[in-house]
Amino acid sequence: MQSRNTILFILLTVLLVILFLADITLGSIRIPFNDTINVFFGNSTNNINSEILLNFRLPKAITAILTGASLSVAGLMMQTLFRNPLADPYILGVSSGASLGVALVMMASSFLPVLFISSGWGLIIAAIIGAALVLLLVVGVSFKVQNSVSLLIVGLMFGTMASSLVSIMQFFSNPDAVKLFVMWNMGSLSAVTWNYMYVLFPVILTGLLISFLLTKRLDGLLLGENYARGLGIPIIQTRILIVIATGILAGSVTAFTGPIAFVGVAVPHIARGLYRSAKHQFLMPACILLGASLILICDIISQIPAHALPVNIISALFGAPVIIWIILKRK
Amino acid sequence: MSIVETSHLSIGYLKGKSRTLVQSDLNLELNNGEMVCLIGPNGSGKTTLLRTLAGLQKPLRGDVKIKNKLISELSQQEKALEIALVLTDKVQIENATVRDIVTLGQLPYTHWLGGLTDEGREKVDEAISMVHLKQKANYYLNELSDGERQRVMIAKALAQDTPLIFLDEPTAHLDLPNRVEIMLLLHRLAHKTQKSIILSTHELDLALQAADRIWLMSETDGVICGVPEDLVIDGSFNRIFQSEVYYFNATNGNFSMNYPLTKELSLSGDKTRLYWTLRALARSGFYVTANARTHINITEKGWEVNGEISPTIEDLLLKLATFTEI
Repeated sequence: MQSRNTILFILLTVLLVILFLADITLGSIRIPFNDTINVFFGNSTNNINSEILLNFRLPKAITAILTGASLSVAGLMMQTLFRNPLADPYILGVSSGASLGVALVMMASSFLPVLFISSGWGLIIAAIIGAALVLLLVVGVSFKVQNSVSLLIVGLMFGTMASSLVSIMQFFSNPDAVKLFVMWNMGSLSAVTWNYMYVLFPVILTGLLISFLLTKRLDGLLLGENYARGLGIPIIQTRILIVIATGILAGSVTAFTGPIAFVGVAVPHIARGLYRSAKHQFLMPACILLGASLILICDIISQIPAHALPVNIISALFGAPVIIWIILKRK
Repeated sequence: MSIVETSHLSIGYLKGKSRTLVQSDLNLELNNGEMVCLIGPNGSGKTTLLRTLAGLQKPLRGDVKIKNKLISELSQQEKALEIALVLTDKVQIENATVRDIVTLGQLPYTHWLGGLTDEGREKVDEAISMVHLKQKANYYLNELSDGERQRVMIAKALAQDTPLIFLDEPTAHLDLPNRVEIMLLLHRLAHKTQKSIILSTHELDLALQAADRIWLMSETDGVICGVPEDLVIDGSFNRIFQSEVYYFNATNGNFSMNYPLTKELSLSGDKTRLYWTLRALARSGFYVTANARTHINITEKGWEVNGEISPTIEDLLLKLATFTEI
């Protein structure tokens, strides 16, 4: 059992590395693999190639990894928190909450200092707060609504409400701000330049660290609230920490890439199936590896056409069937 | 020596601003190595009392002491080292094996990642074999029967290695062999390991046999505590479970139905057959007195009435139905 898991971890890590290299090598402009290696070892003379690789493809691939890992871990924690196999940041409206936060910063707050917005901190903080607030609302509702599908519908409604508020804001904002927001909302992995990466990377690392510290408590939560308390887990504190960690992970990613659907719901199920375990100690690293690989695959596919497709279109294409499969399996 | 004590405890729950009082002024005591069964009609507050004793909900008044310490002053972690719980909450975890669940019982002792110590691993193994699930330790939860799942939750409580175990209706939804097995298991545990166990149940006859002490809860009379036999003899059971349609039969510890008995008979014969004949007759509305006009004599061959012998009770009842005047 233990050795099987070790082999799986090694395989997934190798897969992730291969996909990472593939994502850097492949793209609309062909760069031979030799040149790629040369660029990374500093021997390249081709300025255009090194510009594309170092300042475009590399940050994009790293963003893909961060995005996949964050959304999957956020999804895993939400599924455990709500004891609901269909929970995920997108479905429960957390991503919409993040959008609302971003919209507020971009359109409604012309009085904020420019630096605050352009450095990325403004975006990321607004998105995290928006995400965490919606999550808190859903947690509040989850005390009243036990049925898992009903909770999803409530989440969808929160998401719709957040989107409506965004639309209203667009209606009353000046055209420049609206244009800025619309560009953002289309979302793409390449939105994260190195400047933004210095913000995104440490924030996501913090989110993942909090999540890892919660593995044991998450295991206990699987038994339900009362049993978890009986095992000495401080429930309210744990819930708050999960909301914070999920808010950080889902919010900060959404702040830059826009909403990406269904990765958060699908990956934890793939991890559970592969590892045949419910222990977060295994599931959490598995979600990181699988989620990162998945977004890399989506990114690679999205570059096949001449004009790259938004990555969330590809992720929805395979993520939505996974949800249908889960619902059918539960009947 | 008592490990749990309550003084002037009032239990109930708050819903919004309204307070529902379920029981008040309870002064209870639980001794070391004792198994207590909590019995009472629905709504008498069995679950509320258990939850209050476990510190899952606050008392409305009064207090609960565990090892002479107020439970309200213990942290969640400290409580987890004293009390293990088996609840009625449904546990449905995908991809979790028996061992995984039982291992969760060690959670209060593990570091942040949840890794087990060698001693912890031993405790888990021991708990699994105590509930006879050694062969199924690596089975997934959804491959088990209801009875086995309940035993898994009991094993989880054992792995928590606490002096106290509280169980809320551990035998509900189980068939008779499983019910008996679980009661015996808990009884043995209490006596062998000196753990104190409180369990709520609707299984009166089993509780009477297995409990060292009964806490009999009623909606009107509070909680009556005592050795089961004492409570039967002094009529407490009868009083609390009184009803027009059934009564507590102190002779055999069962509930018997109150049939409207309008017709009389007299009866003689062998003891076992007599008992079962009485039951059949009661269902058909007959009561037995010494000087009835019709007499049934039970012999080896069958039931003799007015010189005719019926080979079965079914035949006897048919025959009695034709008698117009009894």
